[in-house]
Amino acid sequence: MNIPSSIWTLLIGIVLTLTSLWYGQNHGLLPTAASDEATLVDGLFDTMMTIGTGLFVLVQGILIYAAFKFRRRQGDNTDAPPVFGNIPLEILWTAIPAIIVIGLSIYSFDVYNEIGGFDPHSAHEAPIAGQAMKMPGAAIAATLNDTPPSTEPNANQIKSDEAMSDPATASVRNSDQIPQKRDAPGMGIVSPGIGASPGNEGKVPGLAVNVTGLQYAWIFTYPDTGVVASELHVPAGKEVKLDMTANDVIHAFWVPELRLKQDVIPGRQSEIRFTPKILGEYKVICAELCGPYHGAMNTKFIVETPENFDKWMQEQQVATKGNLEQAIALNAADRSPAEFLSPYTAQMGIQPETLHQLHHQ
Amino acid sequence: MTQAQIQRSANLSILEAEPGERKWRDYFTFNTDHKVIAIQYLVTTFIFYCIGGVMADMVRTELKTPEVDFVSREVYNSLFTLHATIMIFLWIVPAGAGFANFLIPLMIGAKDMAFPRLNAVAFWMIPPGGILLISSLVLGDAADAGWTSYPPLSLVTGQLGEGIWIISVLLLGTSSILGAINFLVTLLKMRTPGMSTTQMPLFCWAMLATSALTLVSTPVLAGALILLSFDLFAGTAFFNPTGGGDPVVYQHMFWFYSHPAVYIMILPFFGIISEVIPVHSRKPIFGYKAIAYSSLAISFLGLIVWAHHMFTSGIPGWLRMFFMITTMIIAVPTGIKVFSWLGTMWGGKIRLNSAMLFAIGFVSLFVIGGISGVMLAAVPFDIHVHDTYFVVAHLHYVLFGGSVFGIYAGIYHWYPKMTGRMMNEFWGKVHFALMYVGMNLCFLPMHKLGLMGMNRRIAEYDAKFATLNFVCTMGAYLLAISTVPFIINAIWSWMYGPKAGNNPWEALTLEWMTSSPPAIENFAGFPVLATGPYDYGMDRPKSEVDVPLADEREPALAAGPKSALRADPDPNVAANPEDRK
Ligand code: HEM
Ligand SMILES: [Cu+2]
Ligand SMILES: [Cu+2]
Repeated sequence: MNIPSSIWTLLIGIVLTLTSLWYGQNHGLLPTAASDEATLVDGLFDTMMTIGTGLFVLVQGILIYAAFKFRRRQGDNTDAPPVFGNIPLEILWTAIPAIIVIGLSIYSFDVYNEIGGFDPHSAHEAPIAGQAMKMPGAAIAATLNDTPPSTEPNANQIKSDEAMSDPATASVRNSDQIPQKRDAPGMGIVSPGIGASPGNEGKVPGLAVNVTGLQYAWIFTYPDTGVVASELHVPAGKEVKLDMTANDVIHAFWVPELRLKQDVIPGRQSEIRFTPKILGEYKVICAELCGPYHGAMNTKFIVETPENFDKWMQEQQVATKGNLEQAIALNAADRSPAEFLSPYTAQMGIQPETLHQLHHQ
Repeated sequence: MTQAQIQRSANLSILEAEPGERKWRDYFTFNTDHKVIAIQYLVTTFIFYCIGGVMADMVRTELKTPEVDFVSREVYNSLFTLHATIMIFLWIVPAGAGFANFLIPLMIGAKDMAFPRLNAVAFWMIPPGGILLISSLVLGDAADAGWTSYPPLSLVTGQLGEGIWIISVLLLGTSSILGAINFLVTLLKMRTPGMSTTQMPLFCWAMLATSALTLVSTPVLAGALILLSFDLFAGTAFFNPTGGGDPVVYQHMFWFYSHPAVYIMILPFFGIISEVIPVHSRKPIFGYKAIAYSSLAISFLGLIVWAHHMFTSGIPGWLRMFFMITTMIIAVPTGIKVFSWLGTMWGGKIRLNSAMLFAIGFVSLFVIGGISGVMLAAVPFDIHVHDTYFVVAHLHYVLFGGSVFGIYAGIYHWYPKMTGRMMNEFWGKVHFALMYVGMNLCFLPMHKLGLMGMNRRIAEYDAKFATLNFVCTMGAYLLAISTVPFIINAIWSWMYGPKAGNNPWEALTLEWMTSSPPAIENFAGFPVLATGPYDYGMDRPKSEVDVPLADEREPALAAGPKSALRADPDPNVAANPEDRK
């Protein structure tokens, strides 16, 4: 075969390697890594970028080079010298990708373990409620479940029920059609998510928060204080555990800066754990299509100093009491959803424009 | 004498003198000629491609600005749901079947498909399926739960649209099962006497792998959709959590089909590329067996990777690892193909015509999609980018850069055979240039959008993503424009293009040994293999080649399929030189 002289090959190889190494570290494609877990994931991505860049440049280089170098000359209608194959070369280009993907698998396995993917406690048990078996089809579904059910109560349920019966959210939701799902853990199965990292396994997390997704808002309940919020506040440096479920359709909890995503599924509980470390205000995004307002279903995720967090928590405790009384007093059917919801829109993570549009459609 | 001449002179006796002329009316009837059906498939699916493309550009128009200002949120969701459904079930999958219909009988020297009537039935399920689907948009209640149609969302968004979606996908799925049966039987039973499986062109191998995969996986999709329709209309609770059903079970069933479906969508075009590159590089395909067997490997592995679409939806840790490893392994047979194509081009005498340009474009874009695919297989990373624009970028590099470029390569390559006329090269090159630039402009920035935090299937997004989205939208418009020179070229050349002759590319596979367009039953007798399918540059004097005359084979045929005469492949024409005498 017509390979360039060995010096050229060597030089090109060196330049290719250096370029890939440089780009793999300096691509600037990812947002801030706000947790320990995120840093690990970024390491994996950088490695894959390095390899990917090398392969990309190699293949595109060969294509462009071949298209120019081996172009048919005008008037030359003969065939090229036949080469049917080359066993050593074929073994080489089978072996190299094989080694790369085995290496990447091992690396990914390691990162997955470090971020807590194998924590057995993130898959606990719960009985399947009697009623679950009443519907045709349910028994088949139940036998196909891949994880044992859980007994842990869902502290979020009451609060999310309240939100579900709220006429304002109800009007944005598919309210009249969605059969509401109550007491998820009773009938459900646990959906394993990302649990504690090996160092934290078995330990009680620094902070536990219950998360409920519903069309189109997130509700966060802090079980230790009973505070209910529409933004997720966490103190930096403490391990946070989220117990999540959904009331209507599947949603997905995603904070890009944490590199963490987990579906929030009605009828199931899922769990993720992480340790935030960089202060800042980020976004919780719903990543699973959940209806027309899916794109608007996001809220703030705030990592603050432990002192600020405590302060916030105290304010919330006072506010929650007030709000509840107010909510009961104001929950009158004769008010339009927009009027009713306006004091809460900011809190609920629903933009006022959303409501506005809704009533003018 | 060149190999093309040897092949031709060996087959002179079976050449139909008259090219098959057809009236336009034939294409609107229940015709059972595989070539008519093939054109019906290709033209119909192309029309659906244009409709799906208009929807894509409407989606992109909405995304030009961060606000919802072009269509309502509900319509937006219907648009991308139908866009994806049309592109998959009404364009890529049936377009592959269209090529298979045209090429398989010709390539293996058969007179038609094994079951010509079944073939027509399979085609005639597509137009109603497609019209039904699109009518739901006109009725104002189209499906809007995404093409994945995950419950419980799909159970609450509107019964009419969802019901129509289910019925039309079931129709289209049935069509592809019927097609697959036909391809399998044809490939296994109808080869010209003396052609062993290892003498088949690589497109045939690709269709063998595709059809097997279709047969195994499509019924599972049908099962999932039928159960979903029970939940939707009969109040059962297979997937409805309110009654104790489990939405995750639907995901398993859905992806058990829909992951293999991506190989159903790409394998035929791997096959096309393996045909186009050697002809226009004037070199034998590099590593025939490696390419043939890697198709089978991909179709087998394709069946055990489905849960990589569910890494964030709640499957146990060890299962995630299992699916990560199987997914990664697919990179190996795929890599073998890519390197073999590069090896074929290396040292060739490449004719840079439109067909070859699209083939090169295919390899170039597919590699990008393949690299991001391996990244997505890595669970910790996929958890970050799942359901974001990174995935949208990845899937379009594979399906658009891969499949659609493959289709165009195939059309430019076989157009002379299908119509008897040449296409205009200049406009073909313009088409390629516009499409290649548009493709990268539209989809490359989406990688960054996804990594930075833009989720998919949204009509509104954070203002910080506005610039990149604007670029994507301009790319999408360019893509739409790029189709215009092609459409005009295809129609104009069909009517006025220069006559092509039987074998304008001097190719060796059997479809080029008959007239263009081929007559009704393709060949007057049974074609013989005087050369392997890829023997470019292996000029041997004719005396060295023991060319059996076509009529010498007739007794063998009369003796029936078990006859020793018939079963013996000609050792002189093995595709692999080591297998030759
Ligand atoms: C004209 C060129 C195309 C453009 C501009 C385009 C654009 C888009 C966009 C923007 C989305 C994301 C919609 C959203 O998340 O809201 C999308 C989704 C999708 N497209 Fe395309 N597309 C094009 C061609 C194709 C082709 C040729 C295929 C081939 C099969 C295809 C298959 C898909 C699929 C499967 C999805 C996923 C839809 C979903 O998330 O449910 N597209 N497309
Ligand atoms: Cu949501
Ligand atoms: Cu959502």
